[in-house]
Amino acid sequence: MSILVYVENTDGKFKKSAFEAVSYAKAIANQTQNQVIAISIGNVEEAQLSQLGKYGASKVLSVNTEQLKSFVNQAYAAIIVDASKANDASVVVLSNSFSGKGLAPRIAAKLNAALADGAIELPTINGQNLQVKTGAFSGKAFSFVALTSAIKVIALNPNSFEVKESEVSAAIENYTPSVDASDFSTIVKEIVRATDKISLPEADIVVSAGRGLKGPENWAMIEELANVLGAATACSKPVSDAGWRPHSEHVGQTGIVVSPNLYIAIGISGAIQHLAGVSSSKTIVVINKDPEAPFFKVADYGIIGDAFDVVPKLISALKAYKGL
Amino acid sequence: MKILVCISNVPDTTSKITFTNDNTAFNSAGVQYIVNPYDEIALSKAIDLAEGGKGSVTVITVGDASTDATIRKALATGADNAIRVNATPRDAWFVANQIAHYAKENNFDLILTGRESIDYNGAQVAGFVASLLNIPSVSISKKLDIDGNTATVEREIEGGKEVLTLNLPAVIGTAEGVAETKIPNMRGIMSARTKPLDVIEPLEVAQLSQIVKFETPEPRGTVTLVDAGDVEKLVALLHEKAKVI
Ligand SMILES: Cc1cc2nc3c(=O)[nH]c(=O)nc-3n(C[C@H](O)[C@H](O)[C@H](O)COP(=O)(O)OP(=O)(O)OC[C@H]3O[C@@H](n4cnc5c(N)ncnc54)[C@H](O)[C@@H]3O)c2cc1C
Repeated sequence: MSILVYVENTDGKFKKSAFEAVSYAKAIANQTQNQVIAISIGNVEEAQLSQLGKYGASKVLSVNTEQLKSFVNQAYAAIIVDASKANDASVVVLSNSFSGKGLAPRIAAKLNAALADGAIELPTINGQNLQVKTGAFSGKAFSFVALTSAIKVIALNPNSFEVKESEVSAAIENYTPSVDASDFSTIVKEIVRATDKISLPEADIVVSAGRGLKGPENWAMIEELANVLGAATACSKPVSDAGWRPHSEHVGQTGIVVSPNLYIAIGISGAIQHLAGVSSSKTIVVINKDPEAPFFKVADYGIIGDAFDVVPKLISALKAYKGL
Repeated sequence: MKILVCISNVPDTTSKITFTNDNTAFNSAGVQYIVNPYDEIALSKAIDLAEGGKGSVTVITVGDASTDATIRKALATGADNAIRVNATPRDAWFVANQIAHYAKENNFDLILTGRESIDYNGAQVAGFVASLLNIPSVSISKKLDIDGNTATVEREIEGGKEVLTLNLPAVIGTAEGVAETKIPNMRGIMSARTKPLDVIEPLEVAQLSQIVKFETPEPRGTVTLVDAGDVEKLVALLHEKAKVI
């Protein structure tokens, strides 16, 4: 038996969340006396592939064909399902990324497997069953899901499990899957990536701003603050609804749920729907001119003040601290 | 074009979330239920696509009779007819099997879901239904255009976006950007009363997982306030105490 982990790459480089997923799979494998087999799809070089050993994969299946260079969930799911059958996988682990969310249910359905998505901790193991803690009610609660099927699929939330090193050397195998033409009715036409942007779901630090900023023209200072901190930028819902910022930055109950080490909220009131998506951040800093803003109730640190006055000062102080 | 929209009945976004029976069941007392906000986007898109006789919109929900108000709201918004699968939804797999079964017998060109439900946050139904029907899917779309038999979809990826084309029939999970949410008007509300709402009985589905308990997050500690004139102090606290920079 084995634990199969799907490792996602961006342009041939593994994401941090891929290493988190391998570390997570290894921690399960240690408790169940299994080996971890990683499967990578897309153009990934050998040096990258062998890195997976460092996090606990003893075998890496590498699928590297032109046809499979871009993500097509139907075809990728078929390949991962085949590999999990061929390797007698009892658990399939992947990251609950944007692609992972499309992939996980397709894999689970084909394997007749229970699916836990949004896992935030290691499962507890109870004989053949796993119990997985996942987020529910958009961060307002957690649920513990017992997976009772023979095979289980777990999609791990980014930033929820620490990357851990293990001393394993990975044997790399080229893997040529047989795929059905019908699995390729989805065609990727174009990929637009802002290369200088830090991915919001994976960011360690998030700088977020709300309607208190008055208009899109005032975002330069938010971006500068994010730059100094190496942070991703985010916003509240009315800000993206008004078109000041793209929808991909909207965090909250109906946006992206984030759990960075540091979340800085500027000019955001802290409505229940916003808090739902950010309250699992480890440290929260709030800058708001209204001392009654509900956000202060969940903040670790707060400054009562005008963003237009505080943020530029904070940028200078951080630059001084970083020696910039 | 025949469009099926999957509607989930969820607690209002302002609901305080509490549990009963030793934290094993959601406490619905006093909770107002609404159409899942992402499903509202799916429904609005479907209505736009069907406008002017170009198609029909059927909504489907899996739920007991208490969800009828939510379905009527979908009809009032502009759906043509509604199906309620008469069962308390157990998990996304159960729900998806009911939807896929109905869809298979009724040949839809397009199936829309919300990208996830705001209660169990699965993002599972779209992928499950598509897999059960063996058709393509996109779980989180930001933009959707239909031209003949082809859907062009913009999907979010970390740090960017991807543009895809898919052959119909397909299942698409919708998020903000796909459509402006429509709200029912008086005429819609009146006509919803006479639109067909069929109740059908569920299929048996094997149970693969079960929520055994819930937990609410630990309350956070109290805030440490820093004077607006002393941002250096905040920097020092973040470095020395919180150790996050
Ligand atoms: C179905 C539904 C789903 C929703 N989902 C989400 C969601 O996912 N995410 C989300 O964010 N919201 C969501 N909302 C909206 C939410 O209820 C709030 O309306 C929203 O979070 C408010 O955004 P805001 O704090 O930026 O704006 P406001 O409520 O306008 O607050 C602005 C804040 O800025 C402060 N401020 C003003 N000027 C300054 C200044 N110069 N310096 C410092 N502070 C200043 C004010 O004191 C105030 O606290 C949802 C609502 C509904 C109905």
